[in-house]
Amino acid sequence: MKIEQATWLHEHYEFSLEELCELSGLTEAELRELVDHGVLAPIELAARAWTFRADRLLVARSARRLRKDLDLDPHGVALVVTLLERVRDLEAELRDLRAKLPGRQR
Amino acid sequence: MKYKDYYAVMGVDRKASAEDIKQAYRKLARKYHPDVSKEPGAEEKFKEVGEAYETLKDPEKRAAYDSLGSSYRPGQDFRPPPDWEKQFGGGQFSFEDLDLGDLFSHFSGGRRGAGAGRGKIRMPGEDYEVTAHISLEDAYRGTEVDLELEVPEYDEQGFPHRVRRAFKARIPKGATDGQRLRLAGKGGKGLNGGRDGDLYLNIALHPHRLFRASGHDLYLDLPLAPWEAVLGASVQVPTLAGSVRLKIPPGTRAGQQLRLAGRGLPKPQGGEGDLFAIVQIAVPTAPSERERALYKELAEASTFNPRGHFGEEAAK
Repeated sequence: MKIEQATWLHEHYEFSLEELCELSGLTEAELRELVDHGVLAPIELAARAWTFRADRLLVARSARRLRKDLDLDPHGVALVVTLLERVRDLEAELRDLRAKLPGRQR
Repeated sequence: MKYKDYYAVMGVDRKASAEDIKQAYRKLARKYHPDVSKEPGAEEKFKEVGEAYETLKDPEKRAAYDSLGSSYRPGQDFRPPPDWEKQFGGGQFSFEDLDLGDLFSHFSGGRRGAGAGRGKIRMPGEDYEVTAHISLEDAYRGTEVDLELEVPEYDEQGFPHRVRRAFKARIPKGATDGQRLRLAGKGGKGLNGGRDGDLYLNIALHPHRLFRASGHDLYLDLPLAPWEAVLGASVQVPTLAGSVRLKIPPGTRAGQQLRLAGRGLPKPQGGEGDLFAIVQIAVPTAPSERERALYKELAEASTFNPRGHFGEEAAK
């Protein structure tokens, strides 16, 4: 059986605006709107051609799904995505703290 | 073809109004949306709800669905009524191995004829998400996982059929909990030259007997005997690359973290996390007579007061 190679969606890798559009299923206008609403930030806002950290793809896809499935307007999408990001950050922090807590005492 | 009870899935009456159905969908979508929900099985449930809503929200699809009547049980095989063949575009195919939801998503009503547009419009394939549960050892070394996916593939008439696809994916070393990988083009097939969808892998680490992962750092409880903590010691400590000797400085306290640099998980962009050994002071639960005697002697000889900082408060 052929073995497929998986690539990391990690901040180490970058996507161009066009790549992010293609992979997320959002149009360029929709992506720019997400940037305007502060949901997504390119690596350098002042750059002529925007690039994004690869993990931003997850946020863009999540935004597309939420808009489509829950019938949300851009403000609603921005609010939900921002809160979801906060939940994810808090979950990551919780996981870190749990790792630092001593386990079962012997 | 197997029957599905879309009204039961949506929790609405067969006579429910379009507005009632929309309300029910919104409520269920909020509850089970995979981006929002933490409920087990939410993704499956959301798919069912989405499929039911896609059919019931469209008056023509709903009428076609209603024409099946209400006498079937979910999962029961049924024969579509004769007029379905006209609605779904001719009798050249068999309904037998079709999925009801796939059929309705394909159904575009009498106005345009079945499958209208499918010959022209480029449609990207669907993306899929799968969670890969791997061990810490697998994350450390890199691993291969077996994946199985059910994706729709289209026949000559453009009808979707569910096909099981199995393949192996290589997870490079550097994984940790919650990280995502992308397998380009391994999702659903694109139509008419549209790009194939992607498969997203969500990494979940199995809990390990000894190590707890935080990003690429690892934490390990390191129990020490009281005398080891007081006098210092050199102890054998397990790491993912085999055990190493760790020097315990004299006067080590419980809760202190001893860092073993570079002994954590490898990072995708190079370098490694660290391993932290968290000191615990372990005591024998059933000391021998001799041990008890020695501890007693120590208690009498020692002037050490571990609660000195309580001060006046404790004396009240």
